[in-house]
Amino acid sequence: MLLRHTPKEISERSALMINPAKTCQPIGAMYAALGIHGCLPHSHGSQGCCAYHRSTLTRHYKEPIVAATSSFTEGSSVFGGQANLLQAIDNIFTVYNPEIIAIHTTCLSETIGDDLPQILKKSKDEGITPEGKMVIGAPTPSYVGSHVTGFSNMVKAMANMAEPVTKKNGKVNIIPGWVEPCDMEEIKRLAAIVGVDITLFPDTSGVLNGPLSGEYTMFPKGGTTVAELKGCGGAIGTLALGEWCSADAARLLDTKHKVPCRVLDMPFGLKATDRFVDALRTVGGTSVPEEISDERGQLVDMISDMHQYFYHKKVALVGDPDQLIAMTEFLVSIDMCPIHIVTGTSGKKFEKRIREITKDVPFPVNVKAWGDMFLLHQWIKNEPVDLLIGNTYCKYIARDEDLPLVRWGFPILDRQGHQYFPTVGYKGGLRILEKILSALLDRTDRDAPEEKFELVF
Amino acid sequence: MATTKKKVVQWEPVDIKAELLKQYPAKVARKRAKQILINEAQENSPPSEIVANVRTIPGIITMRGCTYAGCKGVIMGPTSDIVNLVHGPIGCSFYAWLTRRNQTSASGEKGENFIPYCMSTDMQDSDIIFGGEKKLAAAIQEAYDLFHPKAIAVFATCPVGLIGDDIHNVARQMKEKLGDCNVFAFSCEGYKGVSQSAGHHIANNQVFTHLVGKSETVKTDKYKINLLGEYNIGGDGFEIDRILKKCGITNIATFSGNSTYDQFASANQADLSCVMCHRSINYVADMLETKYGIPWVKINFIGAGATAKSLRKIARYFGDQELSDRVEAVIAEEMPDVEVARLDVYPRTQGKTVMIFVGGSRAHHYQELFNEMGMKTLSAGYEFGHRDDYEGRQVLPLKVDSDSRNIEEIHVEADPLLYRPRKTPEEMQALEENGLKFKEYEGLNPDMENGTIIIDDLNQYEAEKLVQLMKPDLFCAGIKEKYSIQKLGVPQKQLHSYDSGGPYAGFKGAVNFYQEIDRLVNSKVWGLMQAPWQENPELSATYVWE
Repeated sequence: MLLRHTPKEISERSALMINPAKTCQPIGAMYAALGIHGCLPHSHGSQGCCAYHRSTLTRHYKEPIVAATSSFTEGSSVFGGQANLLQAIDNIFTVYNPEIIAIHTTCLSETIGDDLPQILKKSKDEGITPEGKMVIGAPTPSYVGSHVTGFSNMVKAMANMAEPVTKKNGKVNIIPGWVEPCDMEEIKRLAAIVGVDITLFPDTSGVLNGPLSGEYTMFPKGGTTVAELKGCGGAIGTLALGEWCSADAARLLDTKHKVPCRVLDMPFGLKATDRFVDALRTVGGTSVPEEISDERGQLVDMISDMHQYFYHKKVALVGDPDQLIAMTEFLVSIDMCPIHIVTGTSGKKFEKRIREITKDVPFPVNVKAWGDMFLLHQWIKNEPVDLLIGNTYCKYIARDEDLPLVRWGFPILDRQGHQYFPTVGYKGGLRILEKILSALLDRTDRDAPEEKFELVF
Repeated sequence: MATTKKKVVQWEPVDIKAELLKQYPAKVARKRAKQILINEAQENSPPSEIVANVRTIPGIITMRGCTYAGCKGVIMGPTSDIVNLVHGPIGCSFYAWLTRRNQTSASGEKGENFIPYCMSTDMQDSDIIFGGEKKLAAAIQEAYDLFHPKAIAVFATCPVGLIGDDIHNVARQMKEKLGDCNVFAFSCEGYKGVSQSAGHHIANNQVFTHLVGKSETVKTDKYKINLLGEYNIGGDGFEIDRILKKCGITNIATFSGNSTYDQFASANQADLSCVMCHRSINYVADMLETKYGIPWVKINFIGAGATAKSLRKIARYFGDQELSDRVEAVIAEEMPDVEVARLDVYPRTQGKTVMIFVGGSRAHHYQELFNEMGMKTLSAGYEFGHRDDYEGRQVLPLKVDSDSRNIEEIHVEADPLLYRPRKTPEEMQALEENGLKFKEYEGLNPDMENGTIIIDDLNQYEAEKLVQLMKPDLFCAGIKEKYSIQKLGVPQKQLHSYDSGGPYAGFKGAVNFYQEIDRLVNSKVWGLMQAPWQENPELSATYVWE
């Protein structure tokens, strides 16, 4: 047993987090910034933050993740990081020449109180930021919220790039939240079929799922352009997918530029995708073509075909709030029973939403925001499940408890496919079901005694 | 640019250096110029100086990590039965959670193994404002109540030092309160020092202060050694231990691969310290000698030849014919399989070129393996090495600058009870005269050919340039560098934690490495990058159906 010291008996903890279901803000900000075309993310802190975030994102995406750091030393920690940051901006534009630098702070620079807007102004005033180039910043103190908060804060900084407009451009902003590059591609595909002209931000497709061709460019062709971001104040509406990931940016555009917004769940599973497509055609003033209805029908078809394997199977889930809300709803809609749900990110609203979604589940349901995987494991020991859904770290629980595991979320360090095969939309729903079925049926095959071993499922 | 096509122009080393510096602002170029060295003959002239262990320039995309990573991640991470508790916001503990591939078997299937656990005080803004000491004490108590470990190690992250939490005092108080649990702390805030190296130092000092010499178990085996600076990544330590055991040598303490609390605590009982990674631990070897009388030698188990050489070196120290015979028998038994594997890959690897930019010792050690495969190292350097790792220990002591001054140096004296010189001065002298060098490490530079380029703290921009200009067949660095190099069509081997594969140490490790490198440099994938229509974009004939 790898987690042999985890006791079944649950004791109250007030200070010690064990096996977290979250990480810190800056990595989310770094990921979001990679969704801007021609952008170099910059970590205003000591070197380790940047190195750790780059390593984790690299291992998840198996793609180059470039980002710079202010390389704080003890001196800069005492005297402030302004000199380091100005030097960094100068070096970055001279050596790497990005269109834009997206800076996020760290617990270090936040604790010493570096004033990011003032430093960026100085950089501009003194010509360190060259004419025609941009530097944006997002405060991402690691001791507040989680990686999800950091993502949201950087997306908000992107929305803040919107310039005042006099005329609407007829486009719709879609803020996809922390999803995979292929999910962003899928959202663009759906919007194109529905006939809505969108600005998607951030957009890591074409950045973090690039080809191997013998060429390397630090700034690949994907990503939302600076011009698109500057123009997103002219949109006729914003669809923010996920309260935790995307709502702040959408509300900022609403307040500052009168772009009306709707906050939706992330489009994982049937019903959330239904609401997304319906909102899309409403805001865009188009009608949904048959192609989409057919895709939807295929998903319903698979649910009905395989329902016997889903029905009343108990599931434990761990991940981020927006993803878990949609996934829990999807599982309930196919008559599975999510009974243990943990996110590392805080939010009373999360527990409330999950309670609503699972109110008819015929088993007691455990839910916790700002929880950890140690607690999840203890819950599983007390009330076993048939399936576990979460990131790579879940494999330790899955092994010890002999549970089928579907890897979904961040980070996935030991399997492939998440960057290429979307789980959003109806097509993504098929992919989720395929993964769940494979995990459950592989287990059935493995465990079946010879006389019960089946050819057909 | 497509690097698959072989270049026509052969670049001179000086031109390459100039090319690397060309794009930099003047100040950056001046600084980097001192960290890029063209290796020269050293027989009659003093070796060239390289600037190392200095600050990375802000904004220059470095490979380096931080002090915390060196302390918690590298040194303390591999020990199975110590609870590692990170005091800080959640990220630092999260990123160091199982990502170094430190394998462990030291405590057996049922014993204490906390490596799969990630523990943190998950500091919130209220802790930053009002201080985190109470939360830390509570977290230590909760960890103790849950796990009853023999030791809890506390690690500081950046904000802890800034807000002034006295973690050492909390640790002291909790140690007293708990009674049967050794609690100690590491001031390894990420901003200290200029790289991970400072963290190694902070970790080792505390291990030396709080653990070494504390065991009451008497080790009675023959030929007892400490293996210093081996981290059991991908099972390297397992293979080394297999070989040592076969030779009849007892490794009583590895710092810190596959280690336990008791191993550290017994290290003072060894007869000899063997230093593997010079960078991360040479000062511990010195302290073990000063305080307990244990001499040290530099060894290297990376490379089959180096492994044999190191075993012989250990045998020579003990000066016992029986041991020497056994070592020779083991080498004779192990080498044929290694030779078969080596000769199998040799025709495919010979003449290939490689660049290595890792660590504090690996950029040197791994050249042994590449030499065995007939591969030439064109350029190499350390991520966090110091001058002595490049130029050899004769440059010691180094000038102390403002960044290294922050890192605590502990001064030890002979222990009144436990100091016991293992050899008389005469015996030591006789061994030295016989060719066994103590406390000696010549560094990377003398082992590299003239005209090769040695670069300290290589960065993203220079790596890309080097690969474009010199077109090596293989590039070795870390995971952050892997995919940008591979996009250029050049395979990259991750040589920090390997990311996959291993062990690469010892005899079986050498075989693994030959096969891994053969796979990388001869993989078909590098020939698949172009589609037919990209190779021949112009249609030269019309087709009949047109």
